[in-house]
Amino acid sequence: MGKMIFGRFLPGDSIVHKMDPRAKLLFVFIFIVAVFLANNVWSYAVLLAFTFLVMTISKIKLRYLINGLKPVMILLVFTLFIHVFFTKGGAVLVDWKFIEIHEEGLRQGIFISIRFLVLVFMTSILTLTTSPIAITDGMEMLLNPFKKIKLPVHELALMMSIALRFIPTLMDETDKIMKAQMARGSDMTSGPIKDRIKAVVPLLVPLFVSAFKRAEDLATAMEVRGYRGGDGRTRYRQLKWNLRDTLALVVLVLVIGLLVFLRN
Amino acid sequence: MDEILSLKNIAFTYTPDQPEVKNAVEDVSFTVYEGEWIAIVGHNGSGKSTLARIINGLLFPQQGSVSVLGQPMNEENLWDIRSKMGMVFQNPDNQFVGATVQDDVAFALENNGVPHKEMVKRVHEALAQVKMEDFLDNEPQHLSGGQKQRVAIAGALALRPRILILDEATSMLDPQGRAEVLNTVHKLREETGLTVLSITHDLEEAMLADRLLFMNGGRKFAEGTPQQIFDLGDELVKLGLDLPFPIKMVKLLQQQGVTLEGGYMTEEELVNDIWISNFKK
Amino acid sequence: MDIELQKVSYSYGVGTPFEKRALFDVDLLIPSGSYQAIIGHTGSGKSTILQHLNALLKPTEGTVRIGSAIIEYKKKPKDLRPVRQKVGIVFQFPEHQLFEETVLKDIMFGPMNFGVDEKEAEERARKMSKLVGLPEEVLEKSPFDLSGGQMRRVAIAGVLAMKPDVIVLDEPTAGLDPRGRKEIMELFYKLYKEQNLTMILVTHSMEDAARYADHIAIMYNGRCVLTGKPLEIFSDATKLAEFRLEVPHIIRFQKRLEARLGFSLPKLCLTEEELAETLAKAVKEREQ
Repeated sequence: MGKMIFGRFLPGDSIVHKMDPRAKLLFVFIFIVAVFLANNVWSYAVLLAFTFLVMTISKIKLRYLINGLKPVMILLVFTLFIHVFFTKGGAVLVDWKFIEIHEEGLRQGIFISIRFLVLVFMTSILTLTTSPIAITDGMEMLLNPFKKIKLPVHELALMMSIALRFIPTLMDETDKIMKAQMARGSDMTSGPIKDRIKAVVPLLVPLFVSAFKRAEDLATAMEVRGYRGGDGRTRYRQLKWNLRDTLALVVLVLVIGLLVFLRN
Repeated sequence: MDEILSLKNIAFTYTPDQPEVKNAVEDVSFTVYEGEWIAIVGHNGSGKSTLARIINGLLFPQQGSVSVLGQPMNEENLWDIRSKMGMVFQNPDNQFVGATVQDDVAFALENNGVPHKEMVKRVHEALAQVKMEDFLDNEPQHLSGGQKQRVAIAGALALRPRILILDEATSMLDPQGRAEVLNTVHKLREETGLTVLSITHDLEEAMLADRLLFMNGGRKFAEGTPQQIFDLGDELVKLGLDLPFPIKMVKLLQQQGVTLEGGYMTEEELVNDIWISNFKK
Repeated sequence: MDIELQKVSYSYGVGTPFEKRALFDVDLLIPSGSYQAIIGHTGSGKSTILQHLNALLKPTEGTVRIGSAIIEYKKKPKDLRPVRQKVGIVFQFPEHQLFEETVLKDIMFGPMNFGVDEKEAEERARKMSKLVGLPEEVLEKSPFDLSGGQMRRVAIAGVLAMKPDVIVLDEPTAGLDPRGRKEIMELFYKLYKEQNLTMILVTHSMEDAARYADHIAIMYNGRCVLTGKPLEIFSDATKLAEFRLEVPHIIRFQKRLEARLGFSLPKLCLTEEELAETLAKAVKEREQ
């Protein structure tokens, strides 16, 4: 668990770190859509170059982003293979026994991989430079207009922030209970699958019991501190939209313009 | 002296449909006056935590009444009354609502619709009062238990309550954390004269109080100054409480045949007693 | 069964930007049959050490020897169950590990994992529950219906039923009221005396260490900074203060009393009973 990088926040002081989370969320959202505009060598090159530019500005090390790729690596390799081996068209590059690789297949494979790469890199940069709570705040503000159609935006945001708040606590708890049961001879890390599944019960039952206890305590504490829904509440956290946020979006629009210009 | 909180003939059971089960709280009455520190003591299961939940309107008693600042508590004025009471619970993790220290302190203020500017001011003030102003942006997992409890106290103070209720707030802490929290409360009382009600089985915490309420089996067993309560001696030990060090020591020494006056609470008096009664000749 | 730590270092999250070193070159020998206290503040590394004592963690550097088993970073873990059966750990708030439908089954969980048959496990469970002071009628109840104090006893019985040679206690009395605290500590001390066990008490309570332990190790910032017998450790208050620890209350009191009396008692006392006895003797001698 400690080795996971994807989705974790690395505090820092780059411009990207300081941006308004709303701007960052909008930026990534638009970028994700824009990625699908690229369809030739030049447009993919622009995407890659732009991603590395953002990475440089955010001062996030490439190593961490590559670490972030690990969970989706299998998916990436899998799609690469599918394309390389099964997409036909163009000149035949390799023809050996039953394996046949076409130029078009190789091209598509590489393109899809780049697409994957920039998507994962960009979202990793978002989560690495923005604290989860700032992301929640940003989302809540961006979704505010949807309150009109009765979307419980405040409640969703509160649920999310509480969930984020308790993830480390519950991870610790899981670790503790797991160790306690291991000390009693239960082993969920080795042995036949059947035994391992059985070993999960002694972990899950105490975890649920404790999670419910925590939820109850938390509800009590919230009630005592006067929480009764979103009406009439004020907000302590205020977001501030600066010039750099506007500029970042302007740059993104320019890049999109370039992509449209370059694509076939 | 103004009455802050008053309970009259409270009786409560968790199982109203099973009359054969003993009530969790039976016929308890007491009053807390402005500026005093009162402690409710008793072993685990003596009914003291049920009492805390009744005081805060989390549970409504089947008999008797709770009044805060002269107003009897009911469903209508419940939220208003709660905003006048700050409460700190036992588990430091389970009452930390905000993502960071300052968010957590602001939580009650947000709920009560305090304007942003005023909120910022009060959050900083409250954190300064518990000496946690350097930890504004810390996340709870990077704080010690004692620090989390101090943040919880700040969260209660930010709303400027008339009474601070500590419901076993130190029982899950290490000695260092316990000392931190008790010092904080002690300081607060010196500086602001805050009224404190602490529910505890910690002896040191109880001895700091002006008045003790000793619960046993859901009933008020005794009430008085720490001195009066600890004079009960063996009776307390039988009911699961410890005795303060000087009292315990006097007992042990007397059993060994050493002549002593007894009847005090401080170590200084004990040292003097040993000296005067046995060596100063 | 001896447990020995040789130059043990440990880091959490090795190879990530969150890597954090928790132990530095810890040397510690816990001989068979001793009552060892490991004292330190929260964050001093004492809970990390604790997890090395039955191979829940492997040292990132150095060697841990548990009886004849050698635990090292590079060594592939073989079956660690025999080690874990020999070293039982009572974790802090052990009631959080209960999960079975009945108290009896929960106590049987440990022994059965270690290959004890059902009949024998049940026998042990009944015996151990009596030993920790659980009434017979709770055995068929759900552990979640018990009071906090009783749940803790169930968890302790569950560890004892494994018949370990070494028992590691991690703040076993946290959150209990004074009576509960005393009962639990006395129970372990009785076990230690009667069954020739090795006890390892991980705590921040100087008082408990003074009363029960015969060896003490002090942890500070991930290092084991001081080891010795209680009297050696507690006679040097200035040294302890360096590690932000205080001598036990009883010793501070004795010093204060001696300052007032103008002479020293013949020995440093570790418990209230001992001090009362020593002082009474001094009074009698003076009267003669």
